[in-house]
Amino acid sequence: MKRSLNPWRWLIILPPLLFLLIFFLVPFFYTLKISFADSVIRIPPFTDIFARTASHHLRLTLSLASYRRLLTDHLYALAYLYSLRLALCSTLICLALGYPIAYAIARSRRSTQNILLLIIILPFWTSFLLRVYALEAIIANGGLLNTVLLRLGLISHPLVIMYTDLAMYIGIVYSYLPFMVLPLFATLEKLDPTLLEAAADLGSPPWRAFLDVTLPLSVPGIVAGSMLVFIPAVGEFVIPSLLGGPGNLMIGRVLWDEFFSNHDWPTASVVAIAFLVLLVAPIAIYQHISGRQIEG
Amino acid sequence: MYRSNGAFRVTALCVGIAVLYLPILVLIGYSFNASPLVSVWGGFSTVWYAQLLQHRSLLDAALLSLRIAFTASSAAVVLGTLAAIALVRFSRFPGRFLLTGMVTAPLVMPEVITGITQLLLFVSQLQTFSWPHRGFLTIVLAHVTFCIAYVTVTVRSRLQSADRSLEEAAMDLGAGPTRAFIEITLPLIAPAILASWLLSFTLSLDDLVISSFVAGPATNTLPMLIYSKVRLGISPVINALASIIIAIIGTCVIAAGWLMRRADQRRELEMREAERANAAPAPPGGGEPPPLALRSPS
Repeated sequence: MKRSLNPWRWLIILPPLLFLLIFFLVPFFYTLKISFADSVIRIPPFTDIFARTASHHLRLTLSLASYRRLLTDHLYALAYLYSLRLALCSTLICLALGYPIAYAIARSRRSTQNILLLIIILPFWTSFLLRVYALEAIIANGGLLNTVLLRLGLISHPLVIMYTDLAMYIGIVYSYLPFMVLPLFATLEKLDPTLLEAAADLGSPPWRAFLDVTLPLSVPGIVAGSMLVFIPAVGEFVIPSLLGGPGNLMIGRVLWDEFFSNHDWPTASVVAIAFLVLLVAPIAIYQHISGRQIEG
Repeated sequence: MYRSNGAFRVTALCVGIAVLYLPILVLIGYSFNASPLVSVWGGFSTVWYAQLLQHRSLLDAALLSLRIAFTASSAAVVLGTLAAIALVRFSRFPGRFLLTGMVTAPLVMPEVITGITQLLLFVSQLQTFSWPHRGFLTIVLAHVTFCIAYVTVTVRSRLQSADRSLEEAAMDLGAGPTRAFIEITLPLIAPAILASWLLSFTLSLDDLVISSFVAGPATNTLPMLIYSKVRLGISPVINALASIIIAIIGTCVIAAGWLMRRADQRRELEMREAERANAAPAPPGGGEPPPLALRSPS
């Protein structure tokens, strides 16, 4: 059953494989290496962990200082928990807002569906940075929302939304909503309408049919959409730095500051690795296992 | 189709679309505001657009970002399409598992992580090989890496749904596998390739985080410049710039989407007519041949 591997095939396989190996996978090993270095003031700002001794032996010096810092300094643990909480809540809001939208699109006529999908996707194509910035004009203290509410006399003082957690929630939900809607739509669209008809024939009211049939069958879409929102949201940088308060603890921002303000590259590497191990790895393993269950 | 609550559907759609579009429309509106304050409407004016033309640094950065986006998306389309072909057509090869992982991981990897790891790679390589110096090249390499993921995902799904029997038919008629692929399958996946090029282009044009890490001190892309200006608050010149960018991208995406849909519809129609012509029994007594039937050499 083993077909001989045509050497020409390697012309197709090797270019992307090698490129991604060098520029995607290998960097993680460099990060791991630098996480064991010490921070020093020079360019680049870390020590070599391999050094030649006087007798031409290669000496490996591993420093655990950065790992110790990660464990003893509560800043990092707090930042993780804070980022996880913020991302989780935003994901749930996205789900609550995105599900009805996806459902409505899936139940539209075919020709309308395409147009609606284009409308939902279009913002994703336009600049992420500029869309986050665009929110500022609405929620700033002197922004559109406050101006309108003050003019209408509904409030006497401007609402402080900008530079708070609420602004970050608004930012994440607004930016990542299309990522939630698209996978949900994909599963809801495939849903067999005869199942709902059967449920109705058997006497289920519509809400019961939704809970018993539609919701369980759309779980794959819910999981996929939540992943697409949750993971990037945890590591988000642009939203906390433009909309969040000056001291907010989003991990992406902490990492950025460690790197650009403190120039502590080894600590930044440790934070990145811990982030990867604590967040991305479990999800990757979970997806791998559940993917295997579906296939086999 | 079964009965469903129309009012609920319309409300959900209206709320969703309003959430997605209101900020963009407000931004465009403010770009024509004569007053630099968002709380005051100073009348209609194009003064910020005129000022934009005098910002040499913004124009330089825009040009640099366009060059980066063009190079990166073109390279990513080639590499990503190759990866998609390998994953769809070759069921078993050493490194398949690795390749699958590496084309999906960048889609969910937080940008800050990708940025840091790639910077550390470039810095270490510069130390060891005195190459590459940070700037245009390193930004392009970093952008190609995450764009490949988007290209592969898009092209892969199109390739999976492409009908292989056509290619096999071409091979039965004597075309080599390469020629059959180029003449039959490539045109079928061309819309996906074009779409992923466009997507890579806009993603590269928009990238702030990864570029900031790998750019080095002397290079400033457009998003980096925009970020440094808006970090301190609303800037009317950036409103004008943002409106232009959004208008250009929006037009391109809508136009591309429309063209692709039309091409798809035409192809579908031709296929259906060809099928119908072939399936129809030959008209007795030599009637007119159906217009799109495959002409046989008589």
